[in-house]
This record gives sequence, C-alpha cells and structure tokens, in this order.
Amino acid sequence: MVYKKALNLSVTFLLIFILTGCSSTRKNVEQILFGGGNNNEAEIVSNAIPGSSQDFTVNVGDRVFFATNSTSLDDDAKAILERQASWLELYPEISIIVEGHADERGTREYNIALSAKRADIAVAYLESLGIVGDRIETVPYGKERPVAACSSEACWSQNRRAVSVVVID
Amino acid sequence: MINQINRLLLLLFLLLFYSTVSKAALEIDVSEGNLRPMPIAITEVIDKQNEQLGLGLDITKVIASDLAGSGLFYPINPKAFLDEVNSLDRNPDFNSWRVVNAEALFSAELIFDNERYRINYKLWDTFSEKSLEANYLVFSENKWRNVAHIIADTIYTRLTGEKGYFDTQIAFIAESGPKTKRIKRLAIMDQDGQNPILLTSGRDLVLTPRFSPNGKELVYLSYRNGQPQVYIYDIQSKQTYVVGTFPGMTFAPRFSPDGRKIIMSLQEGVGSNLFEMDLGNFDRKRLTNTSDINTAPSYSPDSSNIVFESDKSGTQQLYVMDANGDNVRRISFGTGSYSTPVWSPRGDYIAFTKISKGRFMIGVMFADGSGERIITDGFHNEGPTWAPNGRVLMFFRESPGEDGGAMIYSVDITGYNERKIETPGYASDPSWSALMN
Repeated sequence: MVYKKALNLSVTFLLIFILTGCSSTRKNVEQILFGGGNNNEAEIVSNAIPGSSQDFTVNVGDRVFFATNSTSLDDDAKAILERQASWLELYPEISIIVEGHADERGTREYNIALSAKRADIAVAYLESLGIVGDRIETVPYGKERPVAACSSEACWSQNRRAVSVVVID
Repeated sequence: MINQINRLLLLLFLLLFYSTVSKAALEIDVSEGNLRPMPIAITEVIDKQNEQLGLGLDITKVIASDLAGSGLFYPINPKAFLDEVNSLDRNPDFNSWRVVNAEALFSAELIFDNERYRINYKLWDTFSEKSLEANYLVFSENKWRNVAHIIADTIYTRLTGEKGYFDTQIAFIAESGPKTKRIKRLAIMDQDGQNPILLTSGRDLVLTPRFSPNGKELVYLSYRNGQPQVYIYDIQSKQTYVVGTFPGMTFAPRFSPDGRKIIMSLQEGVGSNLFEMDLGNFDRKRLTNTSDINTAPSYSPDSSNIVFESDKSGTQQLYVMDANGDNVRRISFGTGSYSTPVWSPRGDYIAFTKISKGRFMIGVMFADGSGERIITDGFHNEGPTWAPNGRVLMFFRESPGEDGGAMIYSVDITGYNERKIETPGYASDPSWSALMN
C-alpha cells in the first residue's frame, strides 16, 4: 500500500516535471521514479519541490552507511539522521519507511536480522531527536537489494545502509 | 562384492573420523583411486510391447545417472557388454558379466497392461551368482521418473546398506534479472535437476524455502505484505498462508521433524529471538530472550535439541539448546564465524556455513562441536541442506561480480564427488526433501 502511495507521488512529480517544461532526459525520469543513481543531482536540486521526496533525497540525504558487520552510527550517519529529523519536523504529515540493508558478505538470514538492526538503530536515533515512532516503519532487506553490484569494498560499503523512503499520506 | 562396498564405506567412515584429527578435509587425499566406484552393469530395460516408445531406455538412463551421480557406482558402458538380457525368466550368464568386471547386474522388463505399466526387476551379485533383489512396481506412464529413482534407491540400499536419496525433490529459489533488481521465485525440482517448476510469479521477494517432512508443504519467507513474514505454501493446492500474527518480522523458519511445529526467528527491536509455533492450535513458545541476533534454528531429528546461530559472543557462532530453550551451550570454537546450522537426518553431524578470512565455506561437525571438517571453501558457499540419508549435502555457491549469481551444488560429506545441479538459471537456498515414496 505504501508503495502504491509512493508510486502515485512519483507520478505526480513526473507530471509536474513535464508540465513545468523541465527537459528531463529519460534517464533522469527513471532516476526520479526509481531512485536509482545519484548523478545529475544538481539538475534535480533546482527542481526539487520543498517537502517532496526529491527534496529529501537530494537536499537532506536519504541514507546512512555502516561498517562491516556493524550496526553503530558514525558521526556522518548521525549528521544525516539529524538533518532527516529536522526535515521531518518541517513536514509533520510525512511518514517514512526506513529500509535496512547489508552487503553480500554474510549469510542470508543473519543479514536480514543485521539489516533489521541497522534500520532499528537509525529509527531509534530519529526518535531520540523527537520524531514520533508511528511516523516510521522499517523493512529489512538483508543482502537482497544491493545498489552497487561489484564484489569489492567499493560496492559493499554502499550496500551496508539504512535508507529513509518518504511516504506522503 | 557386498563386502567390497562395505569395505569402501568403512574406509569412508575411517577417513571421516581420522580427518578430524588432521587439519582440514581438503588435505585428505580422497581421490578416485582410493574410493573406487563399484562397476555395475545396468542393462536396458526390456520393453517387448512398445520398444519404439523408448520408455525402457529412458528408465535405464535415469537409474544409471542416479547411481553414477552418487560417486559410489560406475555403470559400465553397455557397448562393452558381452551378453544381453532378453528375459528375466532365466539366470544370466554370470561369467560373461564377470569378464567385463561387473560386480552387480541389474535387469528389468516392462509390461503394459490396462493403461498401466508394470516393471519387473532383478539385481544380481555376479560373483556369488545370487539374487539380491527381485521385485516389481506398477505405475502410470507420467510417473516413470519416480519409478526409475525408486529402483535406483533400491539398488543403492542393497549394495551399500544405506538408505537412498534419489526419489527426492529440491525446493529452491530460482533467480533472474540483474543483481540490483533480482527477481526471486519459489521453485521445486527433482533431486537431479529435472522437472523444475516455478511456484510463485516473482512479484514478491521470496527466500529460504524448507520442505515439510512429508514433502507436501514449504515454509518460506515472503515480502508479499511489505514486511517479511513466514508463510506456508501447499504444493498441491497452491495455497499460501501466513504462519501466525507476530508483532514484527518473522524469518528463518523450519519444520519440526514431526511436521507439527514451525521454529523461527521474530525480530524484537535490535534483537531477534527464537519461537516455536504449533501449527495445530497456533500456540507459540518463546525459546530465547536476549537482545542478540538469534536465528537459523534447526531441530535434531529426535526433536530433543535445537541448533541455532547467535552473535551473543560478538560474532556469529553455533549453539545447541534443549528443545524448550534451556541449557544453551556453544559448540563452534574455530577461527571465524559460523552460521546456517542444519542437523543431519541421521543425528550425527551438523552442517554449517563458516566465514573466515573473507572466504565462505561449507563444513560439518559433530553435534557436540567436535570433529569440524571443511567440505568446500571459496569466495561464497552458503546454506547446506542434507540428503535424507545424511551422506550428501547440497548448498549454493555464488560467483563474484556484477554478473555473479548462485548455483546449487551437491557434494558427499567426505568432500568427494562435488557436482553442479543443472538449473534453468541462477538458483539458491536449496532444501532437500525426505524420500517422496
């Protein structure tokens, strides 16, 4: 259900893009719709509507990263979660899903539990900053949804993450 | 001849025991020279009525392929045969079979009657010239593969003294699409990779199927409602239902040996704990209560104990506890971390995935943690599952890189006779059924 909302939202923004005459390439549209890649962000920034998921992803930062087998938040991760919390305070009608992820260097079920723990720790930090828990859901994905496909630390470090996905009711 | 294969098995067991003293299984010289497969003559199944249909030859090939695949038998090339078997009514000319080094001789005939086939078959010891087995099966044509596997199991049992494992299925996850958007579908196939059937559409992410003891259901993880939850799939009715309503993610499910309970993990905040759920009255019982990751539970075959993995020591390690959750004791103490423990159906070994120095291995240890042996070692091996006779394992091996993916392999617990199971595409999370018939 939440996904449907997110999709509707994306479609709305797609329409706005088209209506406002933004000359997005097909690639850009795909990136907006599916959240893939992080190139051409500068172009999107200027078009991101305050309070939109683009605004959140680009101007706030939607993800934090973890060290191997770790679930603790480093200073960079805390800074990003603090910005997420401030943004969520600005838009109290918005809720989020925090997706937990792990790299491919673990066994499947342990990674599901590990990614659940990562998501939970990110949520706990957001709550400690005053965001109420019922605005946040979590979904652990284990190693099932990598964003980077190579088999080296360059990719694994991108995949060990907790990603906050904006849902607008 | 029987003595010979018994000696072979004895040697195998001796190797198993003594290897626990040496450092690692890979260092043992378990070459084909040591473990000479028994030469067996499998003559073409006689089909006097319908030879042109080829059913006799098809059955013959499956029996030979099963036996050869076990690594314990060497089916002799039929071109070398000096004699043919045209009838089961008279005794074979044993000398002509001894000359081609056949230690055992299998022959059979098909009789078609009233829309059904009957297969009469005989197994001979060519040296003692005694009949080891003479029996028949009646079947409808679409069951011919099962019949071939059942006969191969009978031959295996007669000649090794062990239960067979050929008339079995594998549940697995069929994978397709790019690594970052992989589509995963619930699937089953025969043990030899034949008859793969996809059970789900690929719309929802599904993982870790495990057979019920009677082979009729799978318990697995699905994201169909967004949150990962444990479901049961009924293979015949194609119905699925969620296993209980828990206040969080459930995962890592397995059936109890009697099929009446499910054991699994429930995520509770940062920790995950083990629960047992009765499928009859939906009662649930908590088995662990810590803030660690406790997961991958597996019952001992007598249901008295449960092995699982926990990171309570700081890394994933294996623990055994009483079935009620009492008396938790750690059993893995080697370097690295251990996970995905699975108790052998024989009760003796526990198979596991071991991660050490960036490598993923499959290994076995005795249930008390002694006798650890690594069976295969590489970039990524994971998720062992036992053949019903506890002598063979399947697991999946993932290749690295952007185009990398998983394939299923089988291997003898000696580490000998590793084989890739042919699947239509990438395949992972194998679960071996019990004998089907």
